[in-house]
Amino acid sequence: MMNVAAKPALLAVLLALAACAQPAPPVAPPVVDPYASVGGGAVFQGDLAGGTLGAEATAQYFQNTVGDTVLFPANQTTLTPEARTALARQADWLTRHGGFTAVVQGHAEETGTREYNLALGARRASAVQEYLVAQGVAPGRLRTLSFGKERPAATCSDEGCYSQNRRAVTVVSDAGPGA
Amino acid sequence: MFRRLILAPALAPALAIAAAAAMLPVGPVMAQDTPLRIEITDGVIEPMSIAIPAFHGDEEIAARVRQVVADDLTGTGLFREVPIESHQVQPTSFTEAVSYDDWRAVDAQALVSAEVRQMGENISVRFRLFDVVSGQPQGDGMQFDARASDWRRAAHKIADQVYVRLTGEKPYFDSRVAFVQETGPKNARIKRIGVMDYDGENILWMTDSSSLVLAPKFSADGRRLLYTSYDSGFPQIRVMDIATVTSRPLTQDTSTMAFAPTFSPDGRWVAYSRENGGNTDIWLMDAATGAQRPLTDAPSIETSPSFSPDGRRIVFESDRSGTPQLYIMGLEGGEPTRISFGDGRYGSPTWSPKGDMIAFTSQVGERFHIGIMRTDGSAEKTLTESFLDEGPTWAPNGRVVMFTRVTPGGSGEPRLHSVDITGRNMRPLDLDFAASDPSWGPLMP
Repeated sequence: MMNVAAKPALLAVLLALAACAQPAPPVAPPVVDPYASVGGGAVFQGDLAGGTLGAEATAQYFQNTVGDTVLFPANQTTLTPEARTALARQADWLTRHGGFTAVVQGHAEETGTREYNLALGARRASAVQEYLVAQGVAPGRLRTLSFGKERPAATCSDEGCYSQNRRAVTVVSDAGPGA
Repeated sequence: MFRRLILAPALAPALAIAAAAAMLPVGPVMAQDTPLRIEITDGVIEPMSIAIPAFHGDEEIAARVRQVVADDLTGTGLFREVPIESHQVQPTSFTEAVSYDDWRAVDAQALVSAEVRQMGENISVRFRLFDVVSGQPQGDGMQFDARASDWRRAAHKIADQVYVRLTGEKPYFDSRVAFVQETGPKNARIKRIGVMDYDGENILWMTDSSSLVLAPKFSADGRRLLYTSYDSGFPQIRVMDIATVTSRPLTQDTSTMAFAPTFSPDGRWVAYSRENGGNTDIWLMDAATGAQRPLTDAPSIETSPSFSPDGRRIVFESDRSGTPQLYIMGLEGGEPTRISFGDGRYGSPTWSPKGDMIAFTSQVGERFHIGIMRTDGSAEKTLTESFLDEGPTWAPNGRVVMFTRVTPGGSGEPRLHSVDITGRNMRPLDLDFAASDPSWGPLMP
């Protein structure tokens, strides 16, 4: 379920960030696509919540330990039993960490047209959103988005990769103190 | 931009001959008493041999114009150039009499003669076309005056004239294509929109690479592009003015996704896919006011709209039957009519400029195809096959479609290809980078 390949890459990113104990670089124009310009894999590079909130109250914890990704069978947008189990964990974490909001990103494998896959990814993201809301997460904390086939997690062209790419990823971020 | 002049008939009363020929029955084979004509049919064709001796005038610019004319014509697969080193004569001026026997001796069927003069910032190009078989001019001579920087367009105009006269089809060489350049690894592609001549030259960049952009679509007048941009973090539609390279958002409601936009032929309307609560329908927006209404209202996916040339109907992709198929509906409502009934899944339909055909993507098993069918779904024909072909766009004359072909694997990438609607002459566009989502604009004025 987890994107195993992403873990070393994430570590590398974190190490690289830690090594750069320099003054903050000039403010870059806002790059809102969190996957843009990532060389090693589909690693989310948005703001990482952290600090004194405790080990569980971080986006990294949600991504790596709770599990941010659910998978779908080919051409399907309904949740599998495995996906429901994973989403129950996500909902539990989100319920306990009310300061976080989430964007659910739907994805599709590379076969299929660009436009249809955008719509398919939207359905997947929405299925996850609906399930999280049914589990008690406030609708206002969740948004959805589809990347279609634009941001595969795995890049080979066979079922081994396609099965990892038919996914919805819940990307959490800290809405700020006091939330 | 261009000033055109009709030159005086060259050496024979071409108009009179053309009028006489029009009254003769048109046969499938070329006869000496009809205009020289290559018939584009579904059968195997023998390319017409065409001699293009060195253009007269200012040598350097003349040679460049000549090469573009030759590339345009031979690139269709309909013409074969008689190698210039085999020519038995080298005409010394644009006005000298044609020695037809010398051209027949090298099996030339048609002869293009031209002269290119540069005067400061401007060029003047004159050309004539000759039917070598019957030994007479084919059509009038013509002159194009243009800025020197537009020399490629002048060459495309000449090639278009030759193409029109020898095929009876409408022209398409002097046209542009919008596309998406793709760089970076497959899982983090960087995309930006460009506009280029149909042959891959004169690239103009429309967006930078700071946000994901998808699927530009030309307006019918060739001045604007619609496209999908993630610059707000969520897919929304923007419209780009090509001349000024300025864009503005058409949709800004980030509680819904908006994508797959396309202009109506009159440029007034934008049909696009709008997602709400996970469900995608097709909406129609007034491009000037932003007022909009849904065209479809179904729990299934509806996307990839394309207008008929009269602007009264759209063809689109819907999975309401359980798999993605093609449907046509009127803009005034009513039930969509399904038109695709073959094996497999159908998508990205595009209405032909003539109005009689739909080009589409189909997936049969694990293979992808570009195909065409009539608007009633009959006469379906598969033009291509590969791991992943998608997104056909029509040349302005409806004879050629361009599409994206993606190679498989982690290092796989998209490339633009074109194919004649007979299924012949499949060829990659000569670009030194990966590109996708072509949109073929109109013939330039």
